[in-house]
Amino acid sequence: MDNSFLSYYLITSALLFSIGLAVVVTKRNVIVVLMGIELMLNAVNLNLVAFSKNDPNLQGQMFALFVIVVAVCESVVALAIILKAYEYFKTVNLDEISEVKEM
Amino acid sequence: MWSKNVLYAAFSLLLTFLGIAALYVLAGADFLAITQILVYVGGILILLIFGVMLTNQAGNKQNTKNDIFTESTNRILGFLVAVAVFSGLFYTFARARFMDIQTVLFENIEPVATTKTIGIQLMTNFVLPFEASGILLMATLIGAAYLSKKM
Repeated sequence: MDNSFLSYYLITSALLFSIGLAVVVTKRNVIVVLMGIELMLNAVNLNLVAFSKNDPNLQGQMFALFVIVVAVCESVVALAIILKAYEYFKTVNLDEISEVKEM
Repeated sequence: MWSKNVLYAAFSLLLTFLGIAALYVLAGADFLAITQILVYVGGILILLIFGVMLTNQAGNKQNTKNDIFTESTNRILGFLVAVAVFSGLFYTFARARFMDIQTVLFENIEPVATTKTIGIQLMTNFVLPFEASGILLMATLIGAAYLSKKM
């Protein structure tokens, strides 16, 4: 198989990263912002996998695996924090959560 | 992802994750595709929908508007930033000639099952990140349990 697939992977991941960035910047719901972060991490993973296709040692895929693990941890902790903040503020709107103090 | 409903956004995220898994298969990374489906579709997405459900309980909110509809702020500015980032990345990819680098550095190999290689690599070259991710997972468990307990 030739290597002409690579540019399509790169463009796809750039598109995913940009959409994730737009979601993170514009949306005001905390959970949607979390989805945008996941989208950006997926774009990075796609790049890593695409570059490690012809590598017999699969180092890019190993790195993508660890990125997935870290993304899972981040998502779990962020969701726990979101639930705690919802319990306190009674909202998930980022514009209304503007103060940090002792809960 | 321009939908206003959070649940619709979650479902389109499901489709996106499945598509990325298909792209992994096309790039010869079968183990990673299975991991993607298991972790993202089976784990993170369920967690997100669970969060959507838990943060939309009726009755314990002061305002009457439904939280499942999210509004956007700075829509033009954020869109402009995203377009700028995309065009920058596109310019870089168009200039960098990654294809020639791939052709020079690696000879083409046929896609084979990657599970054995990944297992061997995990236990030899990548044993330190492996253990570190184990510790990170344990810290995440403890942190989530601590955060979600009633204070």
